[in-house]
Amino acid sequence: MSVATFTLLLGTGAVVAGFLGSLTGLGGGVVIVPLLALVFGVDIRYAVGASLVSVIATSSGAAAAYVREGYSNIRIGMFLEIATTLGALAGAFAAALISPSAIAVVFGLVLLVSAYLSSRPRGEQADDESPDPLARRLRLDGTFPTPEGKTAYHVRRVPLGFGLMFLAGILSGLLGIGSGAFKVLAMDQAMRIPFKVSTTTSNFMIGVTAAASAGIYLSRGYIDPGLAMPVMLGVLLGSSLGTRVLVRVPTRHLRFVFSLVILALAAEMIYKGITGGL
Amino acid sequence: MAQAEAVWPDEQMEQVVGNLLRIGVILAATVVFCGGILYLVRHGAAAADHQTFHGEPEDLCRPGGIIGNALAFRGRGLIQLGLLLLIATPVARVAFTAFAFARQKDWTYLVITLMVLSVLLFSLFYGQPEGGLERPARPPFSDGTSNRRG
Repeated sequence: MSVATFTLLLGTGAVVAGFLGSLTGLGGGVVIVPLLALVFGVDIRYAVGASLVSVIATSSGAAAAYVREGYSNIRIGMFLEIATTLGALAGAFAAALISPSAIAVVFGLVLLVSAYLSSRPRGEQADDESPDPLARRLRLDGTFPTPEGKTAYHVRRVPLGFGLMFLAGILSGLLGIGSGAFKVLAMDQAMRIPFKVSTTTSNFMIGVTAAASAGIYLSRGYIDPGLAMPVMLGVLLGSSLGTRVLVRVPTRHLRFVFSLVILALAAEMIYKGITGGL
Repeated sequence: MAQAEAVWPDEQMEQVVGNLLRIGVILAATVVFCGGILYLVRHGAAAADHQTFHGEPEDLCRPGGIIGNALAFRGRGLIQLGLLLLIATPVARVAFTAFAFARQKDWTYLVITLMVLSVLLFSLFYGQPEGGLERPARPPFSDGTSNRRG
């Protein structure tokens, strides 16, 4: 098929991915890589490169909306970004050493695990005990607005959170995903940061993490402008449409359908990876 | 501490950052779009081949080469410039945050932020294109045009 047709098809797929990703809050990145690799037969390194670009675009574009409410904690975000960016570098370097088939299998497994983790009910927030000394030293604790006024929260288990963020960074750099869900999980469950603070802070972090690995991908020649162009523009368009529609659509059904799609993609990636179809 | 924070409170800082990000994305997307038009005009009719991985040519991988390509109005170079701008957007955000922490005289976080910034700059300027310079030139498009003409 011609380049023009290919670009158009790719762009359309990207719009759909971005739209669904923003509606369900699960992110378009997890769909872009399988879409490119399985449906369009693109080499997985190019696919991951293009997906990283779209992750930067959507997260940076959306960040402005989250800032206004005063939920995100810049200090937590910046401190943890040391871990995520180093992890992203490690992941990007690892991508050169690991075969594309192995990357596909890892991708599928991560997809399965994150689908499972996000379907579990969230644990109850424990009441504050004594503050974590590291959190106090780094002034990570903060407040966030609630109906009762500003509520304080304390951050716990900072080293564990840091380690988990490093892992999230590796996944982002290796697989071209935002790892947003993983980051939120780490902040919410391990570090006991309130959910809304976790999600907004995570949104800020995703773009920076992806940029760290995208730089490596770009200089390695893994980013093909012909691919990245329709993917980036399509996902941007799709996710901005999605946020506009967000209020009126019952997301629970969509989430369910999306989870099924993700399961199918995960299975296919693992299968293709193992049988060497990629 | 409250005194220093009043100079540039956290919330205001975040507002500016949010707007910075959005402007960066819009700018990058515009450049990518223009590059895309140029690219499709020149290569739209050629056969697409993304199945084999050959790595992008060197002059599309380094910031210097990308700017040169873009200035020559080559579609792919312009797209890469837009992508470079996009990657630079979160980097600019981190740089701005460092500046804001300095204004707040928050030295601990200034150091933390500079650490993140150096990782980001490393990734942009360090890497080498796959395969190095021994890779033979080849025309990737079936209609005989090559990368060089954008």
